[in-house]
Amino acid sequence: MTFYIISISLLAFVAIYALMGVWAERKISALIQDRVGPVETGKFGLLQTFADIIKLLQKEDIVPTTADKVLFTLAPVLVFTSVFMGFAVLPFSPAYISSNINIGLFYFMAIISIEVVGILMAGWASNNKYAFLGSIRSIAQIIAYEIPAGIAVLSAVMIYQSLNLQEIAFQQGIYAKSDIYFFGFWKVNTVGGFLSWGVFQAPHLFVAAIIYFIASLAEANRTPFDIPEAESELVAGFHVEYSGFKFGALFLAEYAMMFLTSMVLVILFFGAWYSPLPNIAKVQLAEWTNGTYWGIFWILLKTLLIVVLQIWIRWTLPRFRADQLMNFCWKVLIPVSFACLFISAFWKLIVL
Amino acid sequence: MTNYKTDLTQLKNEEMILNMGPQHPSMHGVLRLELLTDGEIVKECTPHIGYLHRCFEKHAENLTYQQIIPFVDRMDYLTSMNNDHIFVMGVEKMMGIDQAIPKRTEYIRVLVSELNRIASHLIAIGTYGMDIGAVTPFFWCFRDREHILNLLEWASGARLLYNYIWVGGNFYDLPIGFEDRCSEFVEYFKPKMRDLDDLLTNNQIFINRTKNVGVLPLDVAVNYGCSGPMLRASGLKWDLRRVDEYSIYPELEFNVPMGEGLMGTVGDCWDRYYVRVQEVYESLHIIEQCLERLKGPLKRSADYDPRSNMPKKIIPKAQEFYIRGESPKGELGYFFVTDGKTERPIRCKARSGSFSNLSVLPEITKGAMIADIVAILGSIDIVLGEVDR
Repeated sequence: MTFYIISISLLAFVAIYALMGVWAERKISALIQDRVGPVETGKFGLLQTFADIIKLLQKEDIVPTTADKVLFTLAPVLVFTSVFMGFAVLPFSPAYISSNINIGLFYFMAIISIEVVGILMAGWASNNKYAFLGSIRSIAQIIAYEIPAGIAVLSAVMIYQSLNLQEIAFQQGIYAKSDIYFFGFWKVNTVGGFLSWGVFQAPHLFVAAIIYFIASLAEANRTPFDIPEAESELVAGFHVEYSGFKFGALFLAEYAMMFLTSMVLVILFFGAWYSPLPNIAKVQLAEWTNGTYWGIFWILLKTLLIVVLQIWIRWTLPRFRADQLMNFCWKVLIPVSFACLFISAFWKLIVL
Repeated sequence: MTNYKTDLTQLKNEEMILNMGPQHPSMHGVLRLELLTDGEIVKECTPHIGYLHRCFEKHAENLTYQQIIPFVDRMDYLTSMNNDHIFVMGVEKMMGIDQAIPKRTEYIRVLVSELNRIASHLIAIGTYGMDIGAVTPFFWCFRDREHILNLLEWASGARLLYNYIWVGGNFYDLPIGFEDRCSEFVEYFKPKMRDLDDLLTNNQIFINRTKNVGVLPLDVAVNYGCSGPMLRASGLKWDLRRVDEYSIYPELEFNVPMGEGLMGTVGDCWDRYYVRVQEVYESLHIIEQCLERLKGPLKRSADYDPRSNMPKKIIPKAQEFYIRGESPKGELGYFFVTDGKTERPIRCKARSGSFSNLSVLPEITKGAMIADIVAILGSIDIVLGEVDR
């Protein structure tokens, strides 16, 4: 019974988040572009995305005659399911985690790779040249960017010595069982706050965090890495033939993916559900602002800040070209992430 | 009916024909490109045009000169003032009344033409950002263009298709207060251009996308008859406002920006883009000088009538006459054949910059990637209304 309650509440959360995410994206882009964005529907246009979704649901569900109908229908389901399943292992607070498994991070990396299969299915089944080009670009990109993402994550895992996301979360603040050091010289188990976050436990983890962030942009197909759906080149890329509910599912999956990767970034590097406020002498801010409900607040706040950063980047930067994207990945990100991995190994051996 | 230039049965295994357009979002209207692709690489690119053909030349043969002006507006609908100005200049020269045009009228013409040139370049810059994937510059440019359109609407009554410059004069004098509002706009607009430079021109991703892409060597540019910013970006100082010294441009001070290959090769997409950015600054400079004179020595007076020199009947003597001028897209020319008896031209052919500039596309896109096609096409800055006419 609890299983159903948890999964349904997670689904509701993802759906509502995705709707609000679309609204936020429109509002933030409007702010950047000197517009006002949606204002007519509801207060501040808050209901605009609900209206859009209702419109999408009412639309005719078109399946092109030349499309592979089974794969065409299956693809959005697979994409959305795989992204949604990723939420299963994320700890929302010290007490709340849907599935506390010891290979949580490994599971996460594996499950979001399945999204690629869905995108390939969507592009292939559409039987459209633009969709096909979009999906092959997407495959090349996501497979390439999983390597630096995986290695950046690995260099963090070597510091935490765990693949369990809840355990990783615990190790970044005042509830940590093992000793944690600020840059390896100052024991911060009792101080907590942002000083004990993953990025401050070793200097190279900050680099790893940036690499993971860049790679997560690419995995979520966000600008400047949105070449699979590059609207000015491939019209809409792999989902060009989709309409109605299926398009809605792909659309929500993209926003859910943004949230998912941002949340993993927060869990790994930015103190998960720990408060950023440290204990200073008698002012026990970390003690006061940590706990089950505070945890949900902090992790959502941090994750949403990262999401806002992603949106900000999207509306500021142009798009890479496919070959430049690959160059950037293989010639910059992967060597640097490997360097992070080695430093992690030595750090664990020598400093700690 | 076969629409393809390439025979589909002759394709190799890995080749694919990709039709870009006419409904593609970055074809700047209704251009269709037939691409022969091998994965991401484009082996051949064939433009197909004619989706926006409106028989301008045939229409022109059945209309009086004054009636042709609205049709001229609709050729390049982003730069109607420039189209009008050059057309009217041609008719006036045929009539031999070009020296009788009052100075104030001529200054107003240049002022609105340069405003319109900025509006056109803003669209070129903004949509170019959009083609590369940056959406924000597009909105910034449209925001500033809106102010120009408001000014021009105030002067002429229309937002895009002005019909403001008439043979022998202007539709109206400038509205009262126009000069001040225009100065305010210039002051407002200058920092906005700097913002745009920060956002787009100096963006490393943007530079990477455009440098050394679609390089147009000078000899190819000259052979294909390219003109305007496209030719100047390839390194030739060829601006008809300076070469022909028409209208009151000799009295005005401005530079002719050229492509220098600052980021890569001379004549690449970045150069073409940057020439337009610099031309916006030059146009602003021209506008400032025009305003200075329109406020000072050529101030509005009660006895000034913009229509005073308009001929009752426009019947040029029998001749063949070619007039050209610098429109934002390139050399815009009109070729008239008149018989000296009727009020209508026997023939009125338009030579548009967009058309010649577009013709070079197959030459400079060989071996480019699909994403580059969009970048190159955007840097040519065509308006399909002017290509097809």
